[in-house]
Amino acid sequence: MSAKSIEIRGGRVIDPASQFDEAASVFIANGKIVGIGQTPAGFKADQVIDAQGLVVAPGLVDLSARIAGNIDAELAAAVAGGVTTLACPPDVDPILDEPELAERLVRHAEDVSLVRVLPVGAMTQGLSGSMLAEMSLLRDAGCIAVSQGRGLPADTRVLWRALQYAASCDVPVWLQPAEYHLSKEGIAHDSALASRLGLAAIPVAAETLAMQTVLALAKATGARVHFTQISSAEGVALLREARDAGLPVTGDVAVHALHLYEQDIGYFDPLTRFDPPLRGYGDREALRLGLAEGTIGAAVSAHTPLGLDVKRVPFAEAAPGATGIELLLPLTLAWGEALSLPLRRSLLPVTARAAEILGVEAGQVAVGQRADLCIFDPEATWTVNENDLRSAGKLTPFLGRTLQGRVVTTLAAGQPVYERS
Amino acid sequence: MMLDPQLDADGNLIHLLSTEGLSRDQLTRLLDTGASFLGVSDRDVKKVPLLRGKSVFNLFFENSTRTRTTFEIAAKRLSADVINLNMSTSSTAKGETLLDTVDNLCAMHADMFVVRHESSGAPHLIVDHLRRTGRSDIHVINAGDGRHGHPTQGLLDMYTIRHYKGGFEGLKVALIGDILHSRVARSDIHALKTLGAESIRVVGPQTLIPTDIESLGVGVHRDLDSGLKDCDVVIALRLQRERMSGALLPSATEFHDRYGLTHERLKAAKPDAIVMHPGPMNRGVEIDSAVADSPRAVILPQVTFGIAMRMAVMSVLAGG
Repeated sequence: MSAKSIEIRGGRVIDPASQFDEAASVFIANGKIVGIGQTPAGFKADQVIDAQGLVVAPGLVDLSARIAGNIDAELAAAVAGGVTTLACPPDVDPILDEPELAERLVRHAEDVSLVRVLPVGAMTQGLSGSMLAEMSLLRDAGCIAVSQGRGLPADTRVLWRALQYAASCDVPVWLQPAEYHLSKEGIAHDSALASRLGLAAIPVAAETLAMQTVLALAKATGARVHFTQISSAEGVALLREARDAGLPVTGDVAVHALHLYEQDIGYFDPLTRFDPPLRGYGDREALRLGLAEGTIGAAVSAHTPLGLDVKRVPFAEAAPGATGIELLLPLTLAWGEALSLPLRRSLLPVTARAAEILGVEAGQVAVGQRADLCIFDPEATWTVNENDLRSAGKLTPFLGRTLQGRVVTTLAAGQPVYERS
Repeated sequence: MMLDPQLDADGNLIHLLSTEGLSRDQLTRLLDTGASFLGVSDRDVKKVPLLRGKSVFNLFFENSTRTRTTFEIAAKRLSADVINLNMSTSSTAKGETLLDTVDNLCAMHADMFVVRHESSGAPHLIVDHLRRTGRSDIHVINAGDGRHGHPTQGLLDMYTIRHYKGGFEGLKVALIGDILHSRVARSDIHALKTLGAESIRVVGPQTLIPTDIESLGVGVHRDLDSGLKDCDVVIALRLQRERMSGALLPSATEFHDRYGLTHERLKAAKPDAIVMHPGPMNRGVEIDSAVADSPRAVILPQVTFGIAMRMAVMSVLAGG
């Protein structure tokens, strides 16, 4: 690809990492940012992108996007959502439990897209929760961490061994905190609503017990742990406590859980079936605040493209998850709006702070950085419509909802990879 | 605000999915209609022509000979054509989705679906699908969905209570046993609440009582004697044998000891209290034979009223 030099002119440049927020032009050459505000000496633009009235932000960093199935469509969806760096969990088809599979995913992504795809390898073979996967080789193949997918292994001894082994090879472990037995048959938050609808329940204790187990073992083993998709107020409190105590643990939240809560299940809408389940109103408030205060570091799309065959079925039988990577920006902005945060703070959980958890250089608009940029119109409103989604997965409970904030142009490594027509 | 999918824009009942959301007037009208059909079964010619030319499809994804039979009888007494589909052995077992099945049956010009399914909310999915595809003229009756609801059972229970007690004002009603897995309990609770029962209690160990069930307006009793105290109506619920393997109960014997209905335990209730059971009964577990066969048990009349109430539901939905 040609290394065009580009000037992005007249936009409002926001760098959440430094809290920079000013009207400025951004200069790009050789795939990198070479100047902000002042034209670098000798710079000559091959292309000028007019960003009047738009925000020039870092390309978004999404810690959880299942780009399985039609990978090309999911990568197209990523850039349409302004995402230029993403982590793909191991519980896709095929399960990412072998180095070759992780390598193949990375290579495929590199062939078709400039989006940085960072696989999260399986912690156990086939995610069965019994035998350890080749963590060190997975890391060498490009995995940035290992994970058990949804929930913890049933056998806590396996978890203990996995954390010991991961600590030995310095591989971070990402875990969705859900105690195996307490969560395996449930489909909804244990509450009056689930009782009324007659849905098998998952108690909050499934999350808190899992977190306490993991924290105790992390302390003992020195493993670096990241909790994915914390769903409850108690979970946020446990994470806060652990971080205050100086443990090197981090956490994220699914962006949909900052907006939806159990009442959105309505009359058994299968599109609202998630894992972890949508919890109560108080949980949603705690997640919103936990993200704002930084206890929870990142908001993730939890992008899961699913078809009608597994979603237009009774609630209990529906596969959990929804398409989401194209909604990450507007849903994050809506969270910030609800808490009256300035844009430069609203963007933190999907840029610099997410990149920090990943341990990669990304999510910044700064000289010398790879020119991954998300240029968006913060005022534009749009109604979520399946025909507008590029992902092969068209199903989300946000269909029909009007959201604010729309990606106009995405650049990855200095190349325009998406332009809204 | 989401609209109740069983009502049309004017608030008329077009499907029966739950007793929740029905007004006192709607419930009373259904009960009154049931009363008018009770006589039909006593006639030489047990038929009225209200559903002549209509096709009623019984879609039972979960086996239940008795409930299916009562729906079949009810539809036939209304002169409908009845088609019974045992879905557990038919196309869904071959991988067809629920909604594919529905589309196929719609193409056969169904007028009404009676649906029993092991998943809570399955009939709602069908109603949603019919609405999206412009076929809301096809009525859906929930004949039991997972743990969620069994509204025709709820209605026949209300009919039975009204028949024996004259009304609902001042009534104290106890539901005993496995509330957690019981769609009957949920349907009864919603209907009793709307019809104005004074006190609704659920009685059982914490393992069988759903979380925060108090939010439905019921009192929770762990102890049978306190739950039965001064009750007018006692509803025993079926206890499935598999609850023991799920670590919900130690044994049927211990359950019977703590919660089984015996004449001795029933002394806590009012002397004229009636005893109900949705069937099929486990004699010696949730109810003693001596109680089940006594005059205070109204379990067989429940079955008879069930047919009249199912006729009432079908005729009201069809605009009768």
